[in-house]
Amino acid sequence: MSQSPAPTTAKNAKSIGLTFRLLAFLAAHPTLILLGVLAILVLVAGNIRPSYLTVAGLRTTLLQAAPLGILAASQTILMLTGGIDLSVTMIATGAAYVTANQSPNGAAVAILFGILVGLVAGSANGVGVAVFRVNPLIMTLAMSGILLGLFTAWTQTILQGSTQVGGLIKTVSAGAFWDNRIPYSVVVWAVLSLLLIWLLRRMGWGRLLYATGDNEVAVRLAGVRVWQVRISAYALAGVLGALAGILLAGRTGAVDLQLASTFLLPSVAAAVIGGTSIFGGVGGYAGTILGALILSVLNSILTFLNVGQAIQQVVYGLIVLALAWGYAGLTRRG
Amino acid sequence: MPDAPALLSTTSIAKSYGPVVALRSVDFTVRPGETHALLGANGAGKSTLVKILAGVQSADSGQVFVNGQPVDFPAPLDAMTAGIATVFQDPALIPHLTVSENLRLSSIAPAKFVEWLGWFDLADLDLNALVQELPLDTLRMVDLARAVARDPQVLLLDEITAALTADQAERVFALLAYWKGLGRSAVLITHRLAEVMRVCDRATILRDGRNVALIETASVNERQLVEAMLGAPVKPVAQESRETGNAGQGQNALEARGLTSRHLVQDVSFAVKSGEILGVVALEGQGQERLFELLSGERQPSAGEILVGGKSRHFRSPYDAVRDGVVLVPGDRLLALLPSLPVRENLAVPIFNHIRRWLGIPQDEPQRVAKAIDRLSIDTRAASQVRRLSGGNQQKVVIGRWLVAGFRTLLCFDPTRGIDIQTKREIYALLRELAANGAAILLYTSELAEIPLVCDRVIVIHAGRVVDEQAAATATESSLLTAAHGLEVAV
Repeated sequence: MSQSPAPTTAKNAKSIGLTFRLLAFLAAHPTLILLGVLAILVLVAGNIRPSYLTVAGLRTTLLQAAPLGILAASQTILMLTGGIDLSVTMIATGAAYVTANQSPNGAAVAILFGILVGLVAGSANGVGVAVFRVNPLIMTLAMSGILLGLFTAWTQTILQGSTQVGGLIKTVSAGAFWDNRIPYSVVVWAVLSLLLIWLLRRMGWGRLLYATGDNEVAVRLAGVRVWQVRISAYALAGVLGALAGILLAGRTGAVDLQLASTFLLPSVAAAVIGGTSIFGGVGGYAGTILGALILSVLNSILTFLNVGQAIQQVVYGLIVLALAWGYAGLTRRG
Repeated sequence: MPDAPALLSTTSIAKSYGPVVALRSVDFTVRPGETHALLGANGAGKSTLVKILAGVQSADSGQVFVNGQPVDFPAPLDAMTAGIATVFQDPALIPHLTVSENLRLSSIAPAKFVEWLGWFDLADLDLNALVQELPLDTLRMVDLARAVARDPQVLLLDEITAALTADQAERVFALLAYWKGLGRSAVLITHRLAEVMRVCDRATILRDGRNVALIETASVNERQLVEAMLGAPVKPVAQESRETGNAGQGQNALEARGLTSRHLVQDVSFAVKSGEILGVVALEGQGQERLFELLSGERQPSAGEILVGGKSRHFRSPYDAVRDGVVLVPGDRLLALLPSLPVRENLAVPIFNHIRRWLGIPQDEPQRVAKAIDRLSIDTRAASQVRRLSGGNQQKVVIGRWLVAGFRTLLCFDPTRGIDIQTKREIYALLRELAANGAAILLYTSELAEIPLVCDRVIVIHAGRVVDEQAAATATESSLLTAAHGLEVAV
C-alpha cells in the first residue's frame, strides 16, 4: 500500500460509486440476490461433502424441493391475497391417504380422488374466509385440526385397506429419467410452476389476487365479487396441496398421518424468502421457487452436519421471523 | 355591554396540514354561561379549531387561554383537565368493548354517567352492550353523557345533532339550557341555523380559516347569518369548460324514487338524464354519503327504489351497480386505489369484474389503458406504484379506471377535494366532455362555487331530504347555501 493519497481517494470514490450502483441494481432485481444465496449454499454443501456436487447429490435436493415448492405455491397464492393456509400439509396428508386407498383402482382414479380431497377442503377454507369472514389463520388452523381428526378416525374405518401407493405414482414421485439424472417429480413441479407464473402474470385472475391483497375495498368498488376471487384461490391452493401430498406419498411409497407435517413452516418460509409479503399484494412465484430450492439445500447442509429434524424446524422458524421482521421494518419506513 | 372575563379564548390561532392551510388566524372568545355557535361553510376550519381546543392537535402558532391564563394542550387529557370536554363528530368509543368498559377507560364515575344517561332518556341502556351493536344516535348520546359527566367548564359539541332524531335533539337543547343555568358554557358547531337562533347567544363565523364575524343571535335572522358566512365570490376555475347546449335531452339514465335509509336519507327522489350533470349540494353530514352508498350498491335502501334506464333494479353489491353501468368515484380516493400496484393495473381492474374474463387479459388492454392515461394526462413518472403519485394524479387514476371499463352513469363524490386548481380544471373539463358524449353524471361537491359552472341542474339535500332543485345556470353560492341550510330561497 504505497500509493499516493490522491489517486487512492479517486479510486475509492469510483469504487464507492460502483458499489452503490451495484447495490441499487440488486435492490431492483431481488431474484439475483436469491440466486447468489442459492449458489453460495450449494458451494458450502459441496465443500462439506464433495459428493453433493454430483448428479445424485443434486437430485436428492430436487426431489426434496419439488413437493416443498408445490406446497409453497399454495402459500404464495394465498399470501398474495393477504391470506395463508395452515391446513395445506394436512390437506396433502389427507389427499395422500385417499390416493393410497384408491390405488388398487388404478393410478388415474387414485390421483383424481386425491385431488378431490384438496378441492373440497380448499373450497371449504375459501367459503369460511370469504363468505363467513373468518380470519384465514383461524379458519385454516381449524381445518387442519378437523382434517387430522377425520383422517385419524377414517384410517380405522372407511379408509382401511391400502396405505401403499401404486407403481406409476411411485415412479413419477421418486423416479428419474435421462440416465437417472432428472426426477419426474421435478418435471411435474416445472410444469406446475410455468402454469402458475402464467396464471399470476398473464391472467385477469392473477391481477385480481394481487389487487385483493393490496386493497380489497378498491376491488369490490371496481365491481369485482371478491368472494369469488378468495374461494377460487383457496380451492386452487387445496388442489396444489393435494398434488404435493401425492408426490410425497409416492416418494416414500407409504402414507402415515405425519407424512407432510414437517413441511408446514418451510412452505411459508419459502414464500417469504422469495419476497412474497405476508400482508398481501406483493410477491410472485418465481421468488418462491428459489426460496424452496434454498431451503432444500439448507436442509441438505443441516443433514450433513448431523443436525436433527428439531433443530431444522428451529432454523426455519428463525428465518421466517427474521424476514417478517425485516418486511415490517420496510413497511414502516415506506 | 358588560365585558365578562372570557372563560375560553384564542388569539391568532393558525394551523396548516402540509401545503393546506386550515386555519389562518382565529380569535375566538367564549364567556362564562353562554352558548356559543361556531359557524362556517365546509372547509372553513371549524373542525380544526375544535381539534386544537380539545388537545387532539396543536396549533402552529397562536395561543389558547382558559380563564385568562395561557394554556398548552399537548394531549387530549390536558384539555379535559383544564375543563374542556369535547364530543367529536365521530363517536370516540372503542367499538368492540362494552359501554361500561369504555367508561372505565376514561376514569369517570359510573353513577354520574348513568344519571346523565337518564337525562337523555337512556336510563335503561344496557351498559354491557357492545358499542358496535348500538345505533349511531345512541352512541352520540353516550358520548355526550360521558362528556357532561366530566363536569367540564366548557362543552365542545361538534355536529352533535347531525345524527340525532328530532326528539333526541330536543333533549340536547334542554341540556344546553340547564347547562347555561349552571353558569357553564357550551360551543355548538352546527349547520342547522334554526338551532343556532334558538339555543345560542352569540355566533362566531369562520371563513377560509379566519373569524370574519361575531354576531349576537338575538339581533339577526337566519338569512343574515347565511350572508355573513358568504365571502367574496370565489374565483371560478372551470369557466372555460362550461358548455351549454343539448344537456339533459336524453333518457333518464338513473332515477331514485323515495330512497330511504334509516333517518339518514329520507324519501329522496330525483333523476339524471344521459348527457346531464346533476349537482348535489349539501352541508356536511346531511346524508349525502349514505345516498351515494345506496346508489353504488354499497348498501341497500330500507325503502324506495333505484331505476336504471327506466327499469327497477336491486343492487345487492357494487358488482350489480357496475353491471348496470352505474359506477362510483368515492370521496376517499384511497378506498379505490391499489397503492402498491402500477397505474396500469389500477386502471385495468374493472375489466376483470366478471368471472368469464378471469382467464386472460384482453388484447386491447394496453391500448385502452394508454388511451385513459393520455385522455386524463396522468403523470406516469412514478407509475410503478400508485402510492407515489400526487393526490391529483391518484384522483385521475380513480376516474380513469371507469374510462377503461366503460360506464353509463358516473357517481362522483367530491372528486376535487384537496386537489390543485390545475387538476380541478382538468377534472371538470373531463366531466363536461363525458356528459357531452352521453354519460349521466351525479356530482356531489363541497365547493359551491363550482356547481353553476359544471352542472346543468342542482338538487339540495338537507337533513336527508331533497329540499330544493335549481337550474345551475341561475344558481348562486348564496342561493345554494341558503337552501342547504334548509331555508326557503327568496325568488
